[in-house]
Amino acid sequence: MAKIYSKKNEDVKCVSPKKETISFLLNYSKALRIVTHKNIQFENILN
Amino acid sequence: MGKLLQDSELVSKYIKGNEGALEILIERHNQRIYSFIFSKVYDKEVADDIFQDTFIKVINTLKKGKYNEEGKFLPWVMRIAHNLVIDYFRKNKRMPKFEGNDDFNIFSVIADGSLNAENQIIKDQVDFDVRRLMEELPDDQREVLYMRIYRDMSFKEIADATDVSINTALGRMRYALINLRKVIEKNNMILVN
Repeated sequence: MAKIYSKKNEDVKCVSPKKETISFLLNYSKALRIVTHKNIQFENILN
Repeated sequence: MGKLLQDSELVSKYIKGNEGALEILIERHNQRIYSFIFSKVYDKEVADDIFQDTFIKVINTLKKGKYNEEGKFLPWVMRIAHNLVIDYFRKNKRMPKFEGNDDFNIFSVIADGSLNAENQIIKDQVDFDVRRLMEELPDDQREVLYMRIYRDMSFKEIADATDVSINTALGRMRYALINLRKVIEKNNMILVN
């Protein structure tokens, strides 16, 4: 009987980032305010 | 609204202040971007870090109004991720990182043998207690113990110095240790670091 030489696909579970990372980004986005003063932009993180 | 709106529409909504639009964009594209990063670095933690940095750049650029509508959103984000992956490899090349694994841990070779502050304090306390306990012993036994342990003298030397036979010196040492143990047990002391 013919052998099957092809390997099984490795576990590809980890194709998405951690939930914490996404939640951090969403919170970061909500907290970030850009203030423009005399053509200079300042980043403010509001907690 | 997630399925109906194009990326470009979500981007303009986000620029106008709709935070939910960003959530949809991340939800829509996170697997592709993360897989791309992971396929280059093969490390979940690093991939997470680069993914996070990528979107921090995306958020900053969008909020500052510097996003160029000409290109499409996903290729633009992929380009940022790609550049950050290159930065990561450049940084690592300049400063190679050695990580231990289960078979070999670098700290087993270069470990600092000295005691840490807490253990040093405990050791000092134990030494002090042993010294104090020795005061309880009869003079002849204490003398032999002191010469043997603290001055590292041989029993021959001790016998000569105290003007007794070697057997007597050995006997005094034996009783000194027995008596010390008794005192320790009686006082429920723990003299272990």
